[in-house]
Amino acid sequence: MSDVLLPSAEMAYASPDASGFFGPYGGTFVPETVMPALAELSAAYDEASADPAFREELAYLLGDYVGRPSPLYRADRLAGAVGLGRVYLKREDLNHTGAHKINNTIGQCLLARRMGKRRVIAETGAGQHGVATATTAALMGLECAVFMGTEDIRRQALNVYKMRLLGAEVVGVDEGSATLADAVTAALRHWVERVDDTFYVIGSAVGPHPYPVMVRDFQSVIGTETLAQLAEKDVGHVDAVVACVGGGSNAIGMFYPFLRDVPEGERPLLVGAEAAGLGIETPRHGAALTKGSPGVMHGFYSYLLQDEAGNPLEAYSISAGLDYPGVGPEHSHLKDAGLVRYDAVSDAEALEAFALLTHTEGIIPAIESSHALALLPRLAAELGPDATVVVNVSGRGDKDMDIVREAGLGA
Amino acid sequence: MPERATSRLTAAFRRGRPALVAYLMAGYPDRAGSLAALRATAAAGADVIELGVPYGDPLADGPVIAEAARVAREAETGFGLAHALQVAEAFGRDPGVEEPPPVVVMTYLNPLMRFGLARAAERMREAGVAGVIVPDMPPEAAAPWLAVADGVDTVFLAAPTSTPERLAVVTSASAGFVYCVSSLGVTGERAEVAAGVGELVGRIRERTGLPVAVGFGVGSAEQAAEVARIADGVIVGSALVRRQDDAARLGAFVAQLAEAVHGARSA
Repeated sequence: MSDVLLPSAEMAYASPDASGFFGPYGGTFVPETVMPALAELSAAYDEASADPAFREELAYLLGDYVGRPSPLYRADRLAGAVGLGRVYLKREDLNHTGAHKINNTIGQCLLARRMGKRRVIAETGAGQHGVATATTAALMGLECAVFMGTEDIRRQALNVYKMRLLGAEVVGVDEGSATLADAVTAALRHWVERVDDTFYVIGSAVGPHPYPVMVRDFQSVIGTETLAQLAEKDVGHVDAVVACVGGGSNAIGMFYPFLRDVPEGERPLLVGAEAAGLGIETPRHGAALTKGSPGVMHGFYSYLLQDEAGNPLEAYSISAGLDYPGVGPEHSHLKDAGLVRYDAVSDAEALEAFALLTHTEGIIPAIESSHALALLPRLAAELGPDATVVVNVSGRGDKDMDIVREAGLGA
Repeated sequence: MPERATSRLTAAFRRGRPALVAYLMAGYPDRAGSLAALRATAAAGADVIELGVPYGDPLADGPVIAEAARVAREAETGFGLAHALQVAEAFGRDPGVEEPPPVVVMTYLNPLMRFGLARAAERMREAGVAGVIVPDMPPEAAAPWLAVADGVDTVFLAAPTSTPERLAVVTSASAGFVYCVSSLGVTGERAEVAAGVGELVGRIRERTGLPVAVGFGVGSAEQAAEVARIADGVIVGSALVRRQDDAARLGAFVAQLAEAVHGARSA
């Protein structure tokens, strides 16, 4: 798919290494019970990605089933409102199931089927990955169980109902803060028990190797399409590309093709928007890159919100999808290498951006994606009124109606 | 393979009878209570004590141990690896028995990294800790730890899913003993001892002269005896932690287990 633009040696951004390390981050830190399954998965993934038949089926489903390519839309009224020259929105919200998550679930479920697994499990925060996995499982006739924190079940009732309609079992997780991190732990524990017949479809660019690289590759369709669409539309110079970062799959899917295919001197500023929740000066946020320190959680080494004794801390964000104390290992590497900048966006700023896009363009974004949109006024101040910025609108906001109503929007 | 000098930990399995490895949670129900539990367990005849470090995201542990960890961290704010080592050290100073069982610390990797690997190893030596088990540190990820862990045996785990290649990696990296995980899933009592465990112990023994101890799912004296007939050691965790808030009751149960394990092959 992307062999067209073969990078030259000096511009190549080559990560991870054979053991799944992005710089010092990533790796495989899991109980022995699942080590063989990860080795098997790694081998199967390498084999599948080299198989034209696999790539063809993936491309077919991403096209005719998901509805790709997603449009790159020039949002002039939004640009005017925030004081930028041009703003382009990558419309992942228009995908089937309403978010970028399905790019990855189609890939992983195809792989599960190829490996002869009849059953898939997933974790979910906002419910988007759960819905995408349940949808793909229905499409491919796989049994499906989704682990979800009971707090998120409360926040995202509509998605819970959708998953059940699609035939998935939704397993409530009551431990800890009963949110995304607890759901990942529960899913990992369950996988250790059912590793024989079950494929774990991880929803973000996190987890032990090969998940971070596999999820990145499946999501890279976002950035690959964006680069082609920018060329097609003759956009010319792009100053910045923005995406929100929880685990970081939509962001790495957008950024990676820019890192791989665009020489450093011509590359736009890449900015990830982390959740600042109630403020990064408070304990109530999800900004692992801004405020965390390196550590191991959920099988990989990366920036992590943790206490003095090394226990993961509870993250907080208004958006269930960014409410995670860790972050994908490649983002940690990109931060340290200075290749991507990570800014933190508060609940209040995200809500403001949510309202602004809705009013100026008639597009209702996910509260997660609203964190990326919230960086536009800041970038306008930084880059000037003629600048061109691309924003990944990773999902649509239908699922967030209760949350924004509670927050007083539209009253 | 070159034989290492027999360590204190290995020797605990070489007394001409199967050994009982008793898992206890440091800091549960509180610091003093866990120290009392260690002494009661030693007095009741346990051959090795595995001392768990309370952790907030215990990936490999079932509900009993996860809950005990939560209570321990609540009973004393910040209770973690540093405090668990203090408990081990206090036990070493005054174990209450003439020949105290060696202590193996069970910690997840992140508390160890947060503490600092070299500093953790140093503190373990000072505290008289014989070994360490880190369930989320496979041998492939262990080089930085092993480089500083002289004098502390690092025990690795073999699982029912381990391939012959992986068993070779695990057994050659392991020191003290090899921890044989009896069944898939997390720690906790099970109705029956897993069917394939004897075969797995056999596959491990083909590759190492180290003792093999079986854990996960052993909760009764009958099950402990069953496992003791096929392995060098039996690890009991959740069933003990459930009784850990009452040292007398815990001691009585450990005595039953010890009798069952020690006599398993002569019965």
